[in-house]
Amino acid sequence: MFLTINGLAKAFGDLEVLKDIDLEIEKGKVLSIMGPSGSGKTTLLRCLNALELPDNGVFSFEDGLTLNFDKKISKQDALRLRRKSGMVFQSYNLFPHKTALENVTEGPIIVQKRNKTEVRELAESLLEKVGLKDKINLYPHQLSGGQQQRVGIARALAIEPELMLFDEPTSALDPELIGEVLTVIKDLARENWTMVIVTHEVQFAEQVSDKVLFMDNGYIVEQGPPEEVLKDPKEKRTQQFLQRILNPS
Amino acid sequence: MFHLNDMLFTITADQGGWELFKNSLLPMITGGIKYTIPLTLISFAAGLILALITAIMRLSKSAIVRTPAVVYVSAIRGTPLLVQLFIVFYGLPSMNITIDPFPSAIIAFSLNVGAYASEIIRASILSISKGQWEAAYTIGMTQNTALKRIILPQATRVSIPPLSNTFISLVKDTSLASLILVTELFRRAQEIAAVTYDFMLIYIEAAILYWIICFLLSIVQQAIEKRLERYTAT
Ligand SMILES: Nc1ncnc2c1ncn2[C@@H]1O[C@H](COP(=O)(O)OP(=O)(O)OP(=O)(O)O)[C@@H](O)[C@H]1O
Ligand SMILES: [Mg+2]
Repeated sequence: MFLTINGLAKAFGDLEVLKDIDLEIEKGKVLSIMGPSGSGKTTLLRCLNALELPDNGVFSFEDGLTLNFDKKISKQDALRLRRKSGMVFQSYNLFPHKTALENVTEGPIIVQKRNKTEVRELAESLLEKVGLKDKINLYPHQLSGGQQQRVGIARALAIEPELMLFDEPTSALDPELIGEVLTVIKDLARENWTMVIVTHEVQFAEQVSDKVLFMDNGYIVEQGPPEEVLKDPKEKRTQQFLQRILNPS
Repeated sequence: MFHLNDMLFTITADQGGWELFKNSLLPMITGGIKYTIPLTLISFAAGLILALITAIMRLSKSAIVRTPAVVYVSAIRGTPLLVQLFIVFYGLPSMNITIDPFPSAIIAFSLNVGAYASEIIRASILSISKGQWEAAYTIGMTQNTALKRIILPQATRVSIPPLSNTFISLVKDTSLASLILVTELFRRAQEIAAVTYDFMLIYIEAAILYWIICFLLSIVQQAIEKRLERYTAT
């Protein structure tokens, strides 16, 4: 097990957003998270890379790193947790003052202090992998949404994270651009990246996931293989949710 | 003959019109080059450093770090520049600290620019979306690295137009240094006018010189803004 989470809880003031979450993330597998708006999906993802710090809970990594959030964790530990994962945002959040290539090389060169020539080659091959070989010197505002998101994926991959996190990577995109981003993510799944993906794309989740997790109101309502959770859900709330997004009236 | 500081200029009370205008140009431009421009450049540079430090202090989570910055900005913004200038030059000697006119002016103007520019820099930093900080964090950056590599470069772009305005205002404000005996451009004008009584001509001439300086600066400002536009959609 890459990461085992026990008793994760997070509140914003009085609002309990995550309640006693237990979760296992398996190495080389894809976990998709679905659920209605406000159910806590983004918050869960952000807890995984310390953009939010949980109030309670224990994270145990395969490599021995254990973080107990019941007491305040140190800055170093938060950084250690954060550096395990790469994040792809719904709104891309590319650095507008840097070219596609510079967006990708920034982490490895500045943070990881890797060799510039090697990083440049790596970045070029990553951008080629996401289909942007001929766009490497363009600035984000010169790219379409789908292209920006693919740069976002390359940027996250460049730091060679153990875990890739995606927060609704296609929900800001025009319908005709969604496919190109999903294709890239499917390729990553085939390469056995460990990934956690928040998505509303049912068909995509079905194709790409090893496990689907359905959240509602801060709880994990149901989890299991996609063919169970998405085709034959046991819980009423999952059924209702899938009904709603598959047949929007 | 009329003796101005270390230089001799041939300006006499009986001169007028074009001849006076011509003869006054050199002393005024000399005052500009020797004092107005260095005063502006040095105060602005020192003020910017002060402003950046103050802005970052004001963004701190710790009240102990924040408070001195808040008080400094409030005090400078709440008092006239002329009063600040007089405190440094005429006030400090009573505490046995005597500073020459030029350095006094540098101190007062730097402190003044520091406070105003810190507000501009702070607002520019705050205008950068939270997503930029988060994206920087997710590629492993610490807060300091994120500030330096991701936030400040973008904030700089945002702050250039208002900071250019601060700079141009400063050029004009340096004329106040004439009141603490710095023989800058306007002080020269006053000295000439005191001899010739041709106030209109001399002060219009001074105004034209300030105007030319500010006009040239606004061209530079536009060029810089254009350069910085290269990564933003127009
Ligand atoms: N920083 C915050 N401060 C206060 N409340 C927050 C904060 N972040 C999230 N919340 C609240 O927590 C709840 C869960 O939010 P979250 O973004 O995790 O939901 P989500 O499942 O990702 O929803 P969506 O599908 O709309 O993205 C919401 O009620 C939201 O308003
Ligand atoms: Mg969300």
